[in-house]
Amino acid sequence: MTLDIPLAGDAAARFLPWLIGFMVYLAALGLALALLVVSAGERWRTTAAGTATVQIAPVNEGRDTRDERAKQALEILRATPGVASAQPVPERQVLALLRPWLGEDADATALPLPRVIDVTFQPANPPDTAALAARLGAVPGVSLDDHGAWLARLAGLAGTIEGIALAIVALIFIAMIATVVFTTRTSLAIHREVVEVLHLIGARDGYIARQFELQALAHGIKGGAGGLILAAATLIALSTTAMHIDAPLLPRLTLRPIEWAAVVCVPLFATAIAMIAARITVLRTLAREM
Amino acid sequence: MAGGEIVRFQRVGMRYGLGAEVLHDISFRLQAGSFHFLTGPSGAGKSSLLRLMFLAHRPSRGLISLFGREIATVPRREFPALRRRIGVVFQDFRLIGHLSALENVALPLRVAGGREHQVHDHVAELLRWVELDEQIHVRPSILSGGQQQRIAIARAVIGRPQLLLADEPTGNVDDRIALRLMHLFEELNKIGTTIVIATHNESLMERFPYPVMRLKNGELLDGGDS
Repeated sequence: MTLDIPLAGDAAARFLPWLIGFMVYLAALGLALALLVVSAGERWRTTAAGTATVQIAPVNEGRDTRDERAKQALEILRATPGVASAQPVPERQVLALLRPWLGEDADATALPLPRVIDVTFQPANPPDTAALAARLGAVPGVSLDDHGAWLARLAGLAGTIEGIALAIVALIFIAMIATVVFTTRTSLAIHREVVEVLHLIGARDGYIARQFELQALAHGIKGGAGGLILAAATLIALSTTAMHIDAPLLPRLTLRPIEWAAVVCVPLFATAIAMIAARITVLRTLAREM
Repeated sequence: MAGGEIVRFQRVGMRYGLGAEVLHDISFRLQAGSFHFLTGPSGAGKSSLLRLMFLAHRPSRGLISLFGREIATVPRREFPALRRRIGVVFQDFRLIGHLSALENVALPLRVAGGREHQVHDHVAELLRWVELDEQIHVRPSILSGGQQQRIAIARAVIGRPQLLLADEPTGNVDDRIALRLMHLFEELNKIGTTIVIATHNESLMERFPYPVMRLKNGELLDGGDS
């Protein structure tokens, strides 16, 4: 379709598809980061929530009472409604956890290691952890860690990263709006005579604005497609690389279908924003004329 | 519209920006279906007067009525509908360079929401009439001045305007085409279009004895129906 206003040849507008492409690329990556962090945070929460750790620390009583106190703690735990399971962690497993820090040759058996009990709560009916901690605290050297503080810090970190990522996405879109407004104003100035002719033969402002909207649509499709392809390639490469790393704490770096759908919406959203920005700019500029 | 009055100027003044007035105390009336020449030396204000009439500029003072409506009280959103009742032939044609002859002529119909096949048929017929049917898909830049002028005229009349304003419409064409265009204007006039032609061409005004509005130094010396 030939536009009445020759917008396609404008020098200022020629770079717009490239700019939209870069912005869509960055926005898509920003959004993907936010989505990955949200999903990692959820995973951490679901993994850690509903579990707790009871630690039986050595106390200076002249003899080793760790096993006796562990037995008392187990009795308290198993008698508490809402506790699904309470399993002592074998000492060799505790030692295995320490081996990376102490080295293979170190004799860890001589260390006064605490006894550890893994506790799982019933998801539908978890116990009052504060009351449980108080009951366990009556046994010397016994403490309950319900992972709350750790989870709160983790959730705080995830929220911060998510917020920053979304703020970056918002800034990218604001920059894109500013770019579209600037190029639209420039194009209006360049084609002032044609716009005046259209006005004088009876074109409504909306008809003229439609020309700029269609041009923004064309730029959005071109730039958006390029930016999306580049972003998809980057995310697939990142996911493929992350698959070869065996680190349980590392968040999953593969997007789910619904998350891919959100990323695919970025160029559509960018195009819609570009069209709206172009339309509003033209209408506001023309409204100042006769 | 009182007494079929289509244009009324009352003590109209006009200036560009903060500059000096280029038109002073212009008062006249044009009846619907009338035919007028507008003449005067260069710089007298002919084009400025036309600009006021085709709603490209606001007067700095005075009152203008078009089609019975006082322009100062017409909301901006209603200007397009008023402008569609006015056909304009610009002195410098003001054709859109990247559009073909057909697309240029079709613009007034397209902006008014005309259907594409009707637009095409109607425009092709008019271009045949102005002897440009061979150049229907040609861009204005490779046409002669006279051919461009005929496209500009075709664009101005395609929408069957009630008021046709032409700024030197025969300035770039030979006598044969000039006569043909004048006959086109007369035919439009016969079906009720009010015509105002700004021209320096004295022989044209002698050959077609219509009332003449004379401007000098921004003042209307005589003419109009007032």
